[in-house]
Amino acid sequence: MERVFTKPVAMKEPRTLYCPGCGHGVAHRLVAELIDEFGLRERAIGIAPVGCSVFADLYWNFDVISTAHGRAPAAATGMTRANPDCFVVSYQGDGDLAAIGTAEIIHAANRGENFVTVFVNNAIYGMTGGQMAPTTLVGQKSTTCQLGRDPAIMGHPIRVCELLQTLGGVAYIARGALESPKTIMKTKSYLRKAFEYALDRRGFTLVEMLSPCPTNWGMTPPQAMTWLRENMLDYYPLGVVRDVGAEEKAQKPVAA
Amino acid sequence: MSEKIPIGEKVLMKGNEAIGEAAVQACCDCYYGYPITPQNELTAYMSRRMIEEGRVFIQTESEIAAINMCYGSAAVGARSMTSSSSPGISLKQEGISYMASAQLPVFYVNVNRGGPGLGNISPAQSDYYQTTRGGGHGDYRVIAFAPSDVQELYDLTMLGFDLADKYRNPAMIQADGILGQMMEPLVLHEYKRPPDLPSKQPWRLGDPSTTDPLLVTSLVLNVTGMEERNLELQKKYDTITENETRFEEVGLDGADVVMVAYGTASRIAKSAMEVARAKGIKVGLFRPITIWPFPSARLNGLADRFDNFLVVEMSLGQMWEDVRLAVEGKAPVHVHGRTAGGIPQQADIVADLRKVLDAKPGEIVKNF
Amino acid sequence: MTQKIRCAGFGGQGIVLMGKLLAQAGMMDDKHTTFFPQYGAAMRGGTANCSVIVSDDAIASPMVEEPDVVLVMNGPSLDRFEPTVQPGGWIFYNTSLIDREVERKDVNVFKVAANSIAEEVGNARTANMVMLGAFAKKLGTVNLETLLGSLDVQMHGKSGKIMDMNREAMKRGAALIK
Repeated sequence: MERVFTKPVAMKEPRTLYCPGCGHGVAHRLVAELIDEFGLRERAIGIAPVGCSVFADLYWNFDVISTAHGRAPAAATGMTRANPDCFVVSYQGDGDLAAIGTAEIIHAANRGENFVTVFVNNAIYGMTGGQMAPTTLVGQKSTTCQLGRDPAIMGHPIRVCELLQTLGGVAYIARGALESPKTIMKTKSYLRKAFEYALDRRGFTLVEMLSPCPTNWGMTPPQAMTWLRENMLDYYPLGVVRDVGAEEKAQKPVAA
Repeated sequence: MSEKIPIGEKVLMKGNEAIGEAAVQACCDCYYGYPITPQNELTAYMSRRMIEEGRVFIQTESEIAAINMCYGSAAVGARSMTSSSSPGISLKQEGISYMASAQLPVFYVNVNRGGPGLGNISPAQSDYYQTTRGGGHGDYRVIAFAPSDVQELYDLTMLGFDLADKYRNPAMIQADGILGQMMEPLVLHEYKRPPDLPSKQPWRLGDPSTTDPLLVTSLVLNVTGMEERNLELQKKYDTITENETRFEEVGLDGADVVMVAYGTASRIAKSAMEVARAKGIKVGLFRPITIWPFPSARLNGLADRFDNFLVVEMSLGQMWEDVRLAVEGKAPVHVHGRTAGGIPQQADIVADLRKVLDAKPGEIVKNF
Repeated sequence: MTQKIRCAGFGGQGIVLMGKLLAQAGMMDDKHTTFFPQYGAAMRGGTANCSVIVSDDAIASPMVEEPDVVLVMNGPSLDRFEPTVQPGGWIFYNTSLIDREVERKDVNVFKVAANSIAEEVGNARTANMVMLGAFAKKLGTVNLETLLGSLDVQMHGKSGKIMDMNREAMKRGAALIK
């Protein structure tokens, strides 16, 4: 029988231990598919951050390093600077990247470090049990904002892509979502672009992935997909936020 | 100094810069640092020399970023280094603990200043506990050298890189503001790579020659696994203790009192020893060159032969504890400690040596 | 022979350079030597001092508690360091900027109009060199020729007029000793 679908070589297990409906499995797979497409498995290093994806090494079939909470961009900098031949995918959640690791991501972006950042934004802390994240929406409830996020007390949800895109070292920043086959495929195209730019050493690349967390949102997986679509997309608009390649093309005079 | 490094010749150099040149000579691939007094000359020196040599230098956004860059560079097999002073070293402790657990080599320097807190920028040795007990969370140790002059800063930096690689463990230098800031002649020896250093190829990440996926982590969630890793580390620490303990003994023969001091304090103790001897006090000096592993066994042996010990330190009784543990009550251990920029004065040490000799049985001389 | 020297003045007078040159010259004369600067928040116009030891024997402590010699470039430094000098020691001081006499009777005093001579040389900032020249010639702790040579090592990369003036200032200081 013809085999029409299989797991990527860069994936160890077809199944993950994540909760039903979680976006991490999809995000892992997108990374693995592109590692295969670009033939990078032997020199790839994935970062397993602190958070639900701390055991990414169970799934990725290439080298993995687990880093301290928030410090993935620093460790990725250390790896790519010391050995520019390795291909580093720095994978971070919203607490890791936008709370405890804010300084590291800003400065890695500003220096234009040549690794790919996958930023999984599910608007909540997953592993520790549903606490407020820096990206938790206004009014959204969590175990540490039980009455709903009140910006007067807790500040506003951070739009990471928009925050970073002004920095000089940035080559590519885009925001996708993992709520339907269509947005997943779109997100993969963003990630492909980021891989290309990193391989060309054009500078800092980041793809944000809006991702469902049914367990900590207190919903079924289908409800979570709907909630993401109806609540997150307005505040976190999808699309390419920064693309230096496209900017250069736009600036070139059209040939007569 | 950058135009031409006169290798093999005697030059006058600042302690901080001697560390930097030793690191460059010892094939340090990556240096990451954040400014803090009194070690700024080291970062400044590296900013020029590492880039001249085509290697990696980053002035980082924080001490935390610096140690985590070391973590990344070490994981791909590079010789990595960072340096700071006391408050900055506190910030690095999380990363050092991770590297100890993941068994990644790193070399770092703590040019101690006065503490606790922001303290002051004056010379001190008050990070002794932090240095000798690992420093961060968990059951681990770092190889800690305590040089006492600029030549030793240079030589022990080279050795530090080698031992870090040999044992896949953090190694560091505990210096102080005086050693960092002072200038002294030294000979810039050529670096010779020990032939027995193990290859990093089996464990370094991103290397196409290893086909099975590798994992660098400090996380072992199951209890048995993490305890096993700890026991493996302890076995390694025993080997290091056996092989790498270093010390110096000066004029112990016939001494009535053995002073125990390291780093700058040992130099002051040595001067005080000369003054004391001129006054008829028989005194010798025991100088730990590694403060972890601490030369406990040797001190325990000395306690069978000598009646009194006086610890001289630029901290308040921190090394005193280790000496007391080492001699196991065989002889009284007295202490002269100053801290936070307070420097032991020769005359005060000599006065305490007299007090030690005049002490009644069971009486301990302690100046603070 | 061991000589413990403290150089003192205000920030901008080249106090640290004085110490480095002495240590460099000591080393070039095959002696043991250490240099230790007072360090901290650097400030032009603030106080500056450093200590140097030059010795025939290995130097244990680099700390100078009671110097044998102080080279004093301004008034506040004389107030601070006059009491610290060993009995029988030396105070060299800059009479261009200090208008009082040394009070102690148990020390030797040598007066140097460092700024005035430096201005004659062409740059008041070479006053430190005038002082060093006078000290080296008077006490012979380091050889004057070596001291001149140490300038090339410690001020590497600099050349031309400022180096000529530094050398000239050092020689003019030495010429105070007949």
